[in-house]
Amino acid sequence: MEDSTKREAFQERIDKGETIEPKDFMPDRYRQQLIRMMSQHAHSEIVGMLPEGNWITRAPSLRRKLILLSKVQDEAGHGLYLYSATETLGASRQEVIDDLLNGRAKYSSIFNYPTLSWADVAVIGWLVDGAAIINQTMLARSSYGPYARAMVRICKEESFHKKQGYEMVAKMAEGTPEQQEMIQDAVNRWWWPTLMMFGPHDDDSPNSAELIKWGVKSKTNDELRQSFVDRHVQEAHTVGLEIPDPDLEYNEETGHWNFGEIDWDEFWKVVKGNGPMNRERLNARRKAHEEGEWVREAAEEYARKRKLRQEKVS
Amino acid sequence: MSTAADSITTQEARYEYLLRLADDRLILGHRLSEWCGHGPILEEDIALANMALDYIGHAASLYEYAAEIEGKERHRDDLVYFRNDVEFKNLKLVELPRGDFGFTMARQFLFSAFSYFLYEQLCEVEDEQLGGMAQKHWKEIKYHLRHSREWVLRLGDGTKESHRRIQDAFNEIWTYTGEMFYQDLVDELLQDEKLATDLNNFKADWEELVTSTLEEATLEVPDFDQFMAEGSRKGLHTEHLGHLLAEMQHLRRSYPDADWQ
Repeated sequence: MEDSTKREAFQERIDKGETIEPKDFMPDRYRQQLIRMMSQHAHSEIVGMLPEGNWITRAPSLRRKLILLSKVQDEAGHGLYLYSATETLGASRQEVIDDLLNGRAKYSSIFNYPTLSWADVAVIGWLVDGAAIINQTMLARSSYGPYARAMVRICKEESFHKKQGYEMVAKMAEGTPEQQEMIQDAVNRWWWPTLMMFGPHDDDSPNSAELIKWGVKSKTNDELRQSFVDRHVQEAHTVGLEIPDPDLEYNEETGHWNFGEIDWDEFWKVVKGNGPMNRERLNARRKAHEEGEWVREAAEEYARKRKLRQEKVS
Repeated sequence: MSTAADSITTQEARYEYLLRLADDRLILGHRLSEWCGHGPILEEDIALANMALDYIGHAASLYEYAAEIEGKERHRDDLVYFRNDVEFKNLKLVELPRGDFGFTMARQFLFSAFSYFLYEQLCEVEDEQLGGMAQKHWKEIKYHLRHSREWVLRLGDGTKESHRRIQDAFNEIWTYTGEMFYQDLVDELLQDEKLATDLNNFKADWEELVTSTLEEATLEVPDFDQFMAEGSRKGLHTEHLGHLLAEMQHLRRSYPDADWQ
């Protein structure tokens, strides 16, 4: 009985727009859903370092190299910040990282596509970070305080990431014929996977209703996807790039862009681990973890010895 | 430009001096940047990327100044992307592959300790621009030194495995440390005009800092008087540099007319 009273009181707080903090009562399911979402988000930042990191050593100017390096470093920082926020729910960093390495936890499927040319770095900044901002701006109003605050901070950096990406896209789109070809090819390859980032249609998204009820999300997958399309189609046209969707059409009545159907077979294939880079990404994370084991052990052992010595002295 | 020539102008010497400083930092930054996304812990991914950013940033300022001194209206990127192996004047120490984390940190400590003393003195040269850069960058170098020194202690005095790994790293890398103190006509000419610093001023300090740190880390200090590799300031490198440059320069050289900003 007490439980249901508590749950009702919890829902009332959510409905009033109050923020839930780590020590407040929360239903187990709310806690579990947030651990799932937040750790997936953290993993996405970490795995997301790999496709762009692939181009750091080859960046075509010092300015671009510094911007890219700093962007990838930001992502590591976001990962760290999100792992810490997840710990406020009682899930340790080690636990959730083990879940990633064992293949139990998911991360954004977009990072299971390869970066084949330098233009991919530009397009990831523009489209992938552009999609992330739309999702994260919503999450910055999430009912769970530590998550919302993490998002506010992360969004600021993401908007810089998107800006530098779009700047590169625009520059290449007005560049040499080779640059133009390279950038259009990258848009062709990344457009559809980016639309998939928002997840299944609302009808096929079992978690959505619950997350909206709890104020974790305030918009559905399809709503978010639509605002992404509306914004980015305009931006593509501004710099003279084509969107690879023959069904794309402006709808005067709704004021939105109608767009074609996502290839859901591809979506599920990648989610289930059979995308072009799933194995490579996870192997890279496992390799870093395994090769770093002796370093982590040494740091622990050194800390232990030092503590012993200090105790002896005092 | 050849440093083997009997005489060089001050302008040529200044250009060469700046290139040596810049190349060391660019190449080491490149090696550090290879760790991005592959570090042993997330905090270290951030720290390694941070140091890479510092070095490449320092190199960028130095190249810009070098291009200005050279006076041929070249852009800093021309110096980075359109010079060949033998025109690079960085130490062999910094071009060696990154190895394991122990090797990376052993090199980092030796080079950061060298940079610490070098930049402390560069703050005093009678070249306002170089002196100003040195003052600005010295703060970051102090952090690199502290960070890498702490790791030498942790790994040296950590587990048996970490002790063995970092000891092996120091033994292997030692022969490449002598070049840090190499000086020739370029240095001598600039020292006379107080535009450069005499590396001998701090060689003993460097040896002392290295010795005391390795001893505190329970490591054996390799012999400072052993055979030391040479030639890099004249463009004679290991075979590793060519591969590094091939990777770094490939895209830029494939599209020489393209503007990437």
